[in-house]
Amino acid sequence: MQPPLLSRRRALAGGAGALAAAGALGSLSGCAAPATAAGPGQTLLRYWHLFGGGDGVNMRGMLDDFRAGHPDIALEAATLQWGAPYYTKLGMAGAGGRAPELAALHLARLAGFAPGRLLDPFDLDLLAGLGVDEKDFPPDIWRRGQAGGKQYAVPLDTHPFVLYYQTEVCEKAGLMSGGRLKPISGADDFADALRAAKKATGQPGLVTETLGPDCITPWRLFSSFYAQTGGTVLSPDGKRLALDDAKALRVLEYLARLVEEGLMVRRVDYAGSIGVFNGGKTAFHLNGEWEITTFKTTGLPFSMTRIPALFGTAATQADCHAFVLPHQKDRGGATNEAAHTLVAWMLKNSVAWAQGGHVPAYLPVLDDPAYLALKPQSEYRTVIDDVALDEPAWFAGSASRLWIELGAVFSGVLTGSRSPRNALTEAKARLRTLLDTRNPLPGAAS
Amino acid sequence: MTSTTAAAPAPVAKPAQGTTGGPARGVRRKWTEHGLVFVAPFLVVYALFLIWPLVSGLGMSLTSENITGSGGESVGLDNYAEAVRDPDVWSSLWNTVWFTVLSTVPLVVVGLVLALLAHQLRVVQWLWRLSWFAPFLLPSGVVCLLFLNMIFPSGFGLADQLLATVGLTPEIGWLTDERYAMLSIVATTVWWTVGFNFLLYLAALQAVPAHLYEAAELDGAGAWKRLLHITLPMLRRTTGLVVVLQVLASLKIFDQVYIMTGGGPDESTRPILQYVYQQGFTGYRIGYASAVSYIFFALILTVSLVQPLLSRRRAEEAAK
Repeated sequence: MQPPLLSRRRALAGGAGALAAAGALGSLSGCAAPATAAGPGQTLLRYWHLFGGGDGVNMRGMLDDFRAGHPDIALEAATLQWGAPYYTKLGMAGAGGRAPELAALHLARLAGFAPGRLLDPFDLDLLAGLGVDEKDFPPDIWRRGQAGGKQYAVPLDTHPFVLYYQTEVCEKAGLMSGGRLKPISGADDFADALRAAKKATGQPGLVTETLGPDCITPWRLFSSFYAQTGGTVLSPDGKRLALDDAKALRVLEYLARLVEEGLMVRRVDYAGSIGVFNGGKTAFHLNGEWEITTFKTTGLPFSMTRIPALFGTAATQADCHAFVLPHQKDRGGATNEAAHTLVAWMLKNSVAWAQGGHVPAYLPVLDDPAYLALKPQSEYRTVIDDVALDEPAWFAGSASRLWIELGAVFSGVLTGSRSPRNALTEAKARLRTLLDTRNPLPGAAS
Repeated sequence: MTSTTAAAPAPVAKPAQGTTGGPARGVRRKWTEHGLVFVAPFLVVYALFLIWPLVSGLGMSLTSENITGSGGESVGLDNYAEAVRDPDVWSSLWNTVWFTVLSTVPLVVVGLVLALLAHQLRVVQWLWRLSWFAPFLLPSGVVCLLFLNMIFPSGFGLADQLLATVGLTPEIGWLTDERYAMLSIVATTVWWTVGFNFLLYLAALQAVPAHLYEAAELDGAGAWKRLLHITLPMLRRTTGLVVVLQVLASLKIFDQVYIMTGGGPDESTRPILQYVYQQGFTGYRIGYASAVSYIFFALILTVSLVQPLLSRRRAEEAAK
């Protein structure tokens, strides 16, 4: 005499068992690049990158071209969100030894990415066989890909901080000659140019991101101009603080003065700064070259040039996109060859990549007529010899703690919430804290 | 957890022998009749996703473990010592507490006022209930992006447009100026979650016996007096509950800040949970992040334990 109620109970009990089993099974699948079967006779090549926006479009186009020319390779590309989350995912995948065959990485982050443990070294003979050699790269940038005598990263480009200028406004302000911006030499000269621009339009002459979540531009500004004074933030080995107070103060006080005088927009976030420059009443915009696609799309009359030398040399803040081989327990064979093949192909075809504003790191491309025809992308190509990458430290590089923390500190100088001296003290305190913190991801070779 | 028997139910007046509410002796229990079976799914999930992470997190906080689950050497209490000396721990903890203070008061008071209004307004009551509770149903991402992109942008956002209608054009940096950022996050949070407290108060109001009001009216108490001497005292327990729930919810602030200000400007809105996230997932220091979480956990635990103590004391006072 069992009422139906009991059968429901049985069903419930059964369901509980199934749920428990599912929980137990699903708890430890770990972090691995998903593998799907390649077609017969094909080698699977998985590639993770962080290119969105215009870069994403260019990268996808290049990957399609590669696929068309390499039917024996089944290329699977995954686009992940730029920034800290990307490195978290990549690190966890490498830790499990089940990472993708190839990934993109910012070169200045290499020291903090456990080369030798989370990353496998490149096979230079294999690359040479594919026509890619050390002498094809600027020596400094190539060297930054090394750790413990092995090559862990192969640079694809360098992406410097540049000066965008609105050609019509600059014309009106008398800052142009022969279709290009007149050379600007020195900090006073630049301030005069901004004053002239302000007179012409009634708007501040310069706009750049000064605040917002994880704003990095204030760090880029400081880093560029401070590098021009000849100072470095850390010692060459990235282990000690080397910040020169007098030089740093000169830069910070100059930036604070620009804002106080109304020559630069005081409070604007990243998207806002793009919007203001797009508005067409602002002469100058300081940013990485990657926004070129945005302004080309909107049809703004603009051009680009290297950051002028305001404090001595013409150095400028930059990082590089590079290829790395995330650690796999059994790296080698056809999949590893496929990864090297894609790297070599990308380098040789990086004219397409340069459309997004980046300066190719593979030197033969810099003399390619197709590249030289890219305007204004090729206008600032000489910068490749003057880029100032962060010193190699685990907390440095794109989207790193250094950039985010110091970005917040220097943001205060621009918005007026910190005095230059206060910002300098705070920046040094933060740098010391980072230096005192042990590298959480030590590599065999770092 | 009493389980009814499959046999004819025993008369209520005759208490069952042996186990409480169990079947009479001699009848073999079916294994499904143990309540354990029914709570098993919950227990499994609870153990897997709460108990185990709690225990392993405590273990991790004593090591130098990194994000990849390796490099973990035992460092004893070093992480805790570092956390106590870390000014960022204190500043983000203070931001969390400050947000809690700023948000709890309006969330409780506004919730109460809305409930009183809805309780009094006999017309279209469903409309008030729906419209005041509706925002609570939206996911945090939707709410935050809405306020970030439509309400708070300087100059053209709805907030500045409203000011413009009364002739003010200050172009306030609602989320980008240290003076306003936290207040803007509080305002967003109040709009989004006040509906929950409103609902709790409304339920409590409906439970106040009508005869109390009738008696008071006979004694000539006006509306104000009835509110002061009947309604509010009758709501005391609910208020206690609402305040504690609200404090706990506010202490857990993360989403709004992460989406709207990223902790800025100059880390003035960064809550402790975001600092844990930054240390663990941006800085790869899982061991240290766990230690900071545990310091925060101690704070939450203290707050949760205060509530039953308070209500017990009140109950004792009432019994005297």
